[in-house]
Amino acid sequence: MVAELKNYIHEQYYFRLRLGVAGLLVLSLFALLASRFYYLQIIQYNHYQTLAENNRISLVPTIPNRGLILDKNGVVLAHNFFVYTLEITPAKVKNLENTITELGQLIEVSTLDKKRFKKFREQSHSFESAPIRTHLNEIEAAKFAVNHYRFPGVEIKSRLFRHYPLGKLGSHMVGYIGRINDKDIENLKEDGVYSNYKGSDHIGKSGLEQFYEQQLHGVTGFQQVEIDADGHAVRVLSSNAPVPGDNLILSADSKLQEIAETAFGERRGAMVAINPKTGEVLTYVSQPTFNPNLFVDGIDTENWKLLNESLDKPLINRPLRGIYPPGSTFKPFVALAGLEAGKRNPPFAIQDPGFFMLPGSRHRYRDWKPSGHGIVDMQRAITISCDTFFYGLAMELGIERLTSFVRHFGFGRRSDIDIKGEIEGLLPTPEWKMRRYKQPWYPGETVIVGIGQGYTLTTPLQLAQATAILANNGVAMKPHLVTKIQNGLTGKQEFIPSVVQDRIELNPDNIEIVKRGMIDVTLPGGTAASVGANSGYSIAAKTGTAQVIGIKQNEKYNEHAINERHRDHALFIAFAPAEDPTIALAVIVENGGHGGSAAGPIARKVMDYYLLGKLPAVEPTIVAKPPPANATGTAITTEEEFHD
Amino acid sequence: MACLFFSLLLSLFVLYSASGEDFSRIYAQGINVTVALGVMWLAANISPLNLERAARPLYVLGLLLLISVALFGTISHGARRWLNLGFMQIQPSELMRIAVPMMLAWYFASREGKPSPSNFVVGGVLLAIPVALIMKQPDLGTSLLITSSGFYVLFLAGLSWRFLLVASISLLALMPVFWTLLHDYQRKRIEILFDPTQDPLGAGYHTIQAIIAIGSGGSAGKGWLNGTQTQLDFLPERTTDFIFAVFSEEFGFLGNMLLLTLFSLIIARGLVIASQAQNTFSRLLAGSITLNFFSYAFVNMGMVSGILPVVGVPLPLISYGGTSLVTLYLGFGILMSIHTHKKLVAT
Repeated sequence: MVAELKNYIHEQYYFRLRLGVAGLLVLSLFALLASRFYYLQIIQYNHYQTLAENNRISLVPTIPNRGLILDKNGVVLAHNFFVYTLEITPAKVKNLENTITELGQLIEVSTLDKKRFKKFREQSHSFESAPIRTHLNEIEAAKFAVNHYRFPGVEIKSRLFRHYPLGKLGSHMVGYIGRINDKDIENLKEDGVYSNYKGSDHIGKSGLEQFYEQQLHGVTGFQQVEIDADGHAVRVLSSNAPVPGDNLILSADSKLQEIAETAFGERRGAMVAINPKTGEVLTYVSQPTFNPNLFVDGIDTENWKLLNESLDKPLINRPLRGIYPPGSTFKPFVALAGLEAGKRNPPFAIQDPGFFMLPGSRHRYRDWKPSGHGIVDMQRAITISCDTFFYGLAMELGIERLTSFVRHFGFGRRSDIDIKGEIEGLLPTPEWKMRRYKQPWYPGETVIVGIGQGYTLTTPLQLAQATAILANNGVAMKPHLVTKIQNGLTGKQEFIPSVVQDRIELNPDNIEIVKRGMIDVTLPGGTAASVGANSGYSIAAKTGTAQVIGIKQNEKYNEHAINERHRDHALFIAFAPAEDPTIALAVIVENGGHGGSAAGPIARKVMDYYLLGKLPAVEPTIVAKPPPANATGTAITTEEEFHD
Repeated sequence: MACLFFSLLLSLFVLYSASGEDFSRIYAQGINVTVALGVMWLAANISPLNLERAARPLYVLGLLLLISVALFGTISHGARRWLNLGFMQIQPSELMRIAVPMMLAWYFASREGKPSPSNFVVGGVLLAIPVALIMKQPDLGTSLLITSSGFYVLFLAGLSWRFLLVASISLLALMPVFWTLLHDYQRKRIEILFDPTQDPLGAGYHTIQAIIAIGSGGSAGKGWLNGTQTQLDFLPERTTDFIFAVFSEEFGFLGNMLLLTLFSLIIARGLVIASQAQNTFSRLLAGSITLNFFSYAFVNMGMVSGILPVVGVPLPLISYGGTSLVTLYLGFGILMSIHTHKKLVAT
């Protein structure tokens, strides 16, 4: 019994020892847990706190309303409206193909829609919704709403769509918006404004929409939304309202724009009219135009092909990017260069034999009038566009002096208008030629620069700006389309001040001579007499013709014999009223033939409306393309009008 | 006892939050608790002597059931764990949680004097058979826990230190072998333990979200019903195996310490009962049940806080679920019985 008890006590002691060991194990492992909790909850608290918040709170951007674009009279050129779209979130749909097929049975889904959807999907994440149909009508929306339960991951949304109510009118000026692509994202990041584009999927792609993107876009608002693990919003924690974009108010008048575009008819070309005193752009025409609404939601291949491959190149922004030799419209500037250099000042005059020859050369630089103009002084040289006179003047001035003078008028450099993509044009110099062609400058090349031919290239905008500078007696105002920016929230308008770009020191007498010559252009005896007929205000102008293909020596230019697209471009610059100009313009009609007859009437209609509020007489048909064989012939009434 | 009831109350509060303020869950758990308390009361009234007698038949019954599971069990989630008796589904492995330590305790109690090495070999075999059957289901978590409960008996019965040393060394050495024996998903869980980010939305998701929940709880927690991870569905299985994350998130480090303290007190009480028990069977059984409770608590909290691989082990007293609760309270009932009968045996 004692042994048993002893044994028992021993056993119990032994057991308790073991229990103690186990208890220690328990304590140490619990201590391990405690330290783990300490690490997670105390030391790493901030880290996990952030993670939990990120899990929980999602910032949902609220896209601001894009600013409107209005003409000077408040006519809407670009606005927004809500449309119903049917959107699929690919990540939430099991079988995308089936879903689309089934949707197609419910409401119409065209192949075009499918293509666009595919494009959208490639550009976005699978957890973002992409529209399979846009512009749902109410019946379609209702149809889907009833069947919504059958389509998890598909929902009706309302998206804000940009719309250009005037369609094709002024589309190169207004521009358009399109979907943000990788390049845009890169640019936005570079400008440090990408965060403002969270949720936005459109951005200005051209024209004013592009240039004023920052003002038009507005500031994106945010909603702090608590979300659950499936991404569903549970409640809004806080919100930050978006600030709508600013409205743009233009100096252009849509009525004037319409008159100008209609005046072009089917013809290709460009026209820019500027108020020379302020630099405000009054019309901005690039013909043919396109419908910007096509681009808003991604243009389809068919329409894109049609626009992109058209020989008429409707997508080219001609005033900015069309380059043309200025032809005889260059002469007033050469004339001024001469007068300012003390060459050809009255009473200097030449006897024009109908051609010009360089000393020691037999090459004849022909005048447009083979028989010559007789005795010609500076003023008359402008009026009748005497080539011979300017050949000699250019030669005497020399290429460097000539180009460095006319550069002040904006040739060969950007005007800094508020549309992107402007090209510089070209004022040739010997250095340029050496760089470009590794060839020396030949004197003969100087001769033809005198009449705006050769290497010289200008854009219609440059030509209009040069005319405006001349009209404003050498004071260059920066051209701009937007005159006021209206705050999208307060409606307060901010005026865009007119900026003096350059002040050219000119002798008023010299300006007077050039202007007189130009006024005479639209008077009987001038090259555009018909343009000035019965105008009721005085017009200073200059016609021009730019050769599309070179004419060989002793070969006569026959406009009917050559392909329509190889015909000369018709140019016309003008300002009015000549004594105190409020409008200066340049018109180019591609392959139009003669400046006075093809481009002049367009300018006249614009000036009539702008200065007198006079609407153009309704014409039965605008000159058809190609013109009938006798069209030009019958239009010529006087030799003067048949310029150059 | 007080600790137990406090834990119980805590459990209902946490569950209320975890289930998304769903009273039906609380109601169901209430029934579970009631049943479990009933079972506990019954067990508390069975004398250890009768328990000792019941050990063998219970063990044999359990084995038979396990074999039937292997032959006719219903498959759910890729594992054959349940046995359909027509009127109810049972999980025989749950029974074995109690039956195995009882059987081992009986076996060592029936040997006179200091157990010989051969006794431990027999004990090992008695343990290995059910564990092998359960592992085959497969149910790694339960088989490991039953192994540990059996091991506690062996350890408390006086398994030699030398053997323990040799065994743990060989266990370490055999790790690579075990690795190849594991199922793919089990292997994955262990890999995830070391780097949860390798599959953040798949196998690692549970762990990552649980750790975020725990960590974001901070020192004092986000407050009851305010755990964002929980309330916004980021946390999976939050009423059952991962309920500890809910608790941690809402009550923070202080809450965790409280829970650890409660558990420690329960374990301490159990160990005291074991040490005061008057015969070998009661001693071994009480010790094993207590330490097994510890295993559950440690493994669950360890897995939720990311220091142990994810195994399907509920947090004792807190997690939702009937069977495990009943088994647990059955264990407590036995402890009570051992406590109340200590003097009876002594005299």
